[in-house]
Amino acid sequence: MSTRKFQSVAITVNGIVREAQVEPRTTLVDFLRDTLGLTGTHIGCEHGVCGACSVLLDGEPVRSCCMFAVQAEGHSVTTVEGLAPEREKLSPLQDAFCEKHALQCGYCTPGMLIACHALLSENARPNEAQIREAISGNICRCTGYQQIVDAVKHVVEQEVPHE
Amino acid sequence: MSEKKAFRYIGRPRRAVEHKRFVMGQGRYAADIPLPGLLHVAIVASPYAHAEIRSIDVSAALEMPGVHAVLTGEELCSATNALLPGVDAPAVQRYPLANGVARYAGEWVAAVVAETRALAEDAAELVEVDYAPLPHVVDPLLAMEGSAPQVHPKHGSNVIFQRVFTWGEVDDHFSQAAHELSYQVRWARSSTVPIETFAVSAWWNGATNMLDVWASIQMPKYPDLLAKALRLPGNAVRVHYDVDVGGSYGVKRGIKHTILVAYLAKKLGRPVRFVEDRLENMRGGDMQGPDRLFDVKLAFDSTGIIRSMRMRAVDDIGAYSGRSPLQLGKPVGAIVGPYRIQSVEYEAISVMTNKTPQEAVRGFGQSPTNYAIESGIDKVARYLGLDRIELRRRNLIAKDEFPYLIPSGTTYDSGDYEAVMDKALAAASIEEVLQQRDALRAKGLLAGVGISTCLEPSGGNSAFEPLFNPKNTTTTWMDSCLVRIDLSGAVTALMGTSTSGQAHETLVSTVVGEVLQREPDDIRVLHADSLNALPSNSPVGSRMAIMLGGAAAGAAKKLKAKLLRIAAHNLGLPEEQIEYVDGAVVAKADPAVRMSWESLVDIAHRMYHKMPEGMEPGLQEKFVWEVPTGGKMPTEDDRVQMYPCHSFESHVVLLSIDPETGKLIFHRYVCGHDCGVMISPDVVHGMTYGGIAHGLGAATMEKFAFSEEGQLLAGTFMDYLLPSSMEVPSVTIVDHCTPSPLTEFGQKGSGEAGYLGGPAAIASAVNDALTQVGASIDALPMTPQAIWETVRQASTVNAAETECVE
Amino acid sequence: MKAAAFDYVRADGLDHALDLLHQYGYEAKLLAGGQSLIPMMAMRLARPSVLVDIHGLTELKELDVTAQTVSMGASMRQRTLEYADALTGPLPLIKKALKWVGHSQTRNRGTVGGSLVHADPSAELPLAAVVLGARLYLKSQQNGVRDMDASAFFQGPMFTDIQDTECLISVEWPVWGTRGVGSAFDEVAIRHGDFAMASAAAQIQLDEAGVCRRAAFGLGGVDGTPRSFPELAQRLEGERLDDALLTEISREAAMSCEPGNDLHASADYRRHLATILAGRVLRQAKQLAQSSFRGVGHEH
Repeated sequence: MSTRKFQSVAITVNGIVREAQVEPRTTLVDFLRDTLGLTGTHIGCEHGVCGACSVLLDGEPVRSCCMFAVQAEGHSVTTVEGLAPEREKLSPLQDAFCEKHALQCGYCTPGMLIACHALLSENARPNEAQIREAISGNICRCTGYQQIVDAVKHVVEQEVPHE
Repeated sequence: MSEKKAFRYIGRPRRAVEHKRFVMGQGRYAADIPLPGLLHVAIVASPYAHAEIRSIDVSAALEMPGVHAVLTGEELCSATNALLPGVDAPAVQRYPLANGVARYAGEWVAAVVAETRALAEDAAELVEVDYAPLPHVVDPLLAMEGSAPQVHPKHGSNVIFQRVFTWGEVDDHFSQAAHELSYQVRWARSSTVPIETFAVSAWWNGATNMLDVWASIQMPKYPDLLAKALRLPGNAVRVHYDVDVGGSYGVKRGIKHTILVAYLAKKLGRPVRFVEDRLENMRGGDMQGPDRLFDVKLAFDSTGIIRSMRMRAVDDIGAYSGRSPLQLGKPVGAIVGPYRIQSVEYEAISVMTNKTPQEAVRGFGQSPTNYAIESGIDKVARYLGLDRIELRRRNLIAKDEFPYLIPSGTTYDSGDYEAVMDKALAAASIEEVLQQRDALRAKGLLAGVGISTCLEPSGGNSAFEPLFNPKNTTTTWMDSCLVRIDLSGAVTALMGTSTSGQAHETLVSTVVGEVLQREPDDIRVLHADSLNALPSNSPVGSRMAIMLGGAAAGAAKKLKAKLLRIAAHNLGLPEEQIEYVDGAVVAKADPAVRMSWESLVDIAHRMYHKMPEGMEPGLQEKFVWEVPTGGKMPTEDDRVQMYPCHSFESHVVLLSIDPETGKLIFHRYVCGHDCGVMISPDVVHGMTYGGIAHGLGAATMEKFAFSEEGQLLAGTFMDYLLPSSMEVPSVTIVDHCTPSPLTEFGQKGSGEAGYLGGPAAIASAVNDALTQVGASIDALPMTPQAIWETVRQASTVNAAETECVE
Repeated sequence: MKAAAFDYVRADGLDHALDLLHQYGYEAKLLAGGQSLIPMMAMRLARPSVLVDIHGLTELKELDVTAQTVSMGASMRQRTLEYADALTGPLPLIKKALKWVGHSQTRNRGTVGGSLVHADPSAELPLAAVVLGARLYLKSQQNGVRDMDASAFFQGPMFTDIQDTECLISVEWPVWGTRGVGSAFDEVAIRHGDFAMASAAAQIQLDEAGVCRRAAFGLGGVDGTPRSFPELAQRLEGERLDDALLTEISREAAMSCEPGNDLHASADYRRHLATILAGRVLRQAKQLAQSSFRGVGHEH
């Protein structure tokens, strides 16, 4: 194998254009974590099953372990760090997760928040079946999902506009 | 325990302190920590279940740019001390890298260190290992035979532990019993499989002779075992417990990962990190769980009273042993479950095979044992034509019988099992559930209601260690807390171990707030590192509410006493005439005579001239204590007090099975739960929901299956199936409280709830459904295929019988 | 699980992509959604030297709906198709199949072309393709465009007729109309979104008298490729589709398959599921065909 080859990428991450040199094989999740230092997005399986790496790509949830950073060139990525409306404040969804104990170890949580955020962006009043379907691609080993479903229901019931 | 009083903070809904940082993506997990000049590790693993390693050629790998080292067992095994089993088997030695022989497919043979993980993987492909395959054994029963290939020839056998324990007059009870029933159940290898794999970074500082370690760890005595393996003094190893752990439920015991990384860090003089990828984790992370075959005989009378039990448990622990054989020992402390069984013969056999080693899994063997016991209860009921709930009523230890001594020597502290079962039945509306079941059956489905009543021993008095290994005279199972009030009056508490989702910061701040009558959200809880921590035995065995909660309360009480003494001294009043109110001290006779929190704090820190004579300056108190009822070695007849406190759960489950596909659907799931006084109810409930999901996975879909060649077939998440939100139903939890007489607030431990009683209840429901076709299933997981096969075989048998009749 | 190194080129047009394929042959792989390819690369089971990204090519994202056919560009995302109202009438079976494909996160990236070329024997879109008799259009720089029937395209597990220098550019589906047409898709997997242990798809057209005018059905996950059964389906045409006939046809279809054994399902179990599922989708399709006459509205 010869010397490593790098390519430049410019990806909008949480609203800011980030430029870097990456190997083509660097996944989007490794780019976010290692190159940009945004360690809020987590790695759980690297083969597209657990959903811990979920981010929003142009507003839609994707598995960032199943994308190379170079594929995201010119696109817009939102990570868990970009979900809050402003620094040190929580979005209604993040706040609901705390209120309803929708997490324990916190490892799957960023991916869950992304999936739930995407659901609420598309459907402001999901029922339980729709909530469970929306998070069916995010595995949690701590919570048994119950309180996560409750947190989303809480947002719906509060009727706070979801951002 | 003090008389029942209303708590101010304990038992109240309260947001967990930890959650804010997690929802903001500001958790600090082991792979998140920035370290300068970090190098990365990738593993070369054995493809063979058993093979001699003739040679390893690392030259091509070393030549690759960016590669700093390639380590093999030859160097590592001579430079470090072996890890030894938890039982007396000194010839069964384990190192992070294979020592001349690979004993399971996936065993780590070499470690590559490079500038990036990707480069390390590239170089790992260039390492050439010359293997000479050896005969292997994967069936534990075959492995027990003398002629089987030996996994550790120097041990002389593949059986690493075998003992028969006899408590009570088993032979007499069996000969006197009206009935006897034998059965076999199989608990397949599964595990808790956290979403975060094991990750560890180590940094050796040659100037200070200090090894710093950041790891995703949940393990007793981790720093000590690490120091010993590396031949370092204990005070040269500093484990940072302020690392967030992404789930563990027992399995994050990466001592071999850590020895490897620490050795490399020392060798290379740079920080080194190893994050298991999922393939390394599943196959070679050594985190698989109990793999158990039970043979059980029950002796009972015609009214269903079960008098005695013989149980033989064979567990396949894989190719090496950590504490895994001891998972046959912990259940000794609840060997009769919640029942009045009077005598027990228990044979525990721990067998080695050429498979991935086991590690501690949530419950440490109690869930498989509960599954075995509960299966028997249901079978006895069926045998006698009795209702399963009624049979339990007849056998459950009654509430007026506590404290209750079981034959193996453990006293159950308190409980009211029937009440919890009744609460669960009521919450499920059992009559409606039975009608629903019948309606589902009328639609052509198989449908069943399942019930379980199971113990959750808590408190972590790991007396199974000396029980299984008399040479191991360990009886200290401790925990600690340091609480200080600083000059500003702010309260900080220090705990000495890691957290993996149990919300310990919330637990400690609630307890300290309760005792000091100060707002818990203003109390900061920090994780010490292993050099400045007070003794801890880690969050295992559902012990932290008891042990850490107790220690936090103890330290806070000492501080409160100190504040009272300072106040008494300054007010010139005897202590009987003053009282502590919300952090201030007032004269009982005249509340206007008071000293504020601020003034007391100020005196303690600044005004030595106003302190009582001989009193230590400042406000800091520690509390270090031994587990209640602990501290004793087993008796000569193998009886010992195991865990101190006994939580309890009762599950009621309604499910249906499509007879054409074998797929099951849950219609109702209720869990009655009693863990005494709950300090953080939301946290306890959360862990119970999670435990139920774990149990559902183990019962219906999770299995580390191996081929005849010893290859792991379920090595990715495409084959090892974790339940999602679509498979785990909505669950109703109903709480009951029988306080423990042994703890400060009446709390018992929890954390394994849901997992310990779930599989038994689900199996109970499936078997209730299968009675419709005259079948039963006695092995987990109960996958659609397994259920379909069972139904099919039963209909073949039934058809044959019908033919015979005709 | 980091992929082996490769060069990445984002194609600026189809011709550019074809030119790269022409240059690199089997050393290059087209990258569309990557939901199947990238996990394989992470496990180093796939190690292309060059990845040619065609995900963004608008010329491969065109949807053309006529009364007779629906043509979809190979880079059309599964999500786009899932939400496309234009497909509800003409291709209800595709909509139904898509509900079973992975999870929303994978459908947001995965493409119809990618799924077809990956050719997993238990994948939903390949099954729909063989059942409906889709035509696949392939293009290479050297040989231009060729088209072939889906049944001929799938040749074995993960193996198709596509050549190293070819790109699947579009898929053309025949439209049956809505009057008297019903379709169904079903599968059995252990978890929601998993690979199917067995799957089945059917489309049936009845006349007002309830006689079958046209039928198509197939099974997935129970052989090396998705299977359709045109001869068995033909036996349904002109018939009244009573239960016994549907059961018989289902059984014969299942018995002609050669399912594999794996961890989750034995060959026997798969064959059994095949019989059950074939029967279910045939019955469901028939019911929906009947109700379409009663103007019960689009059940799709």
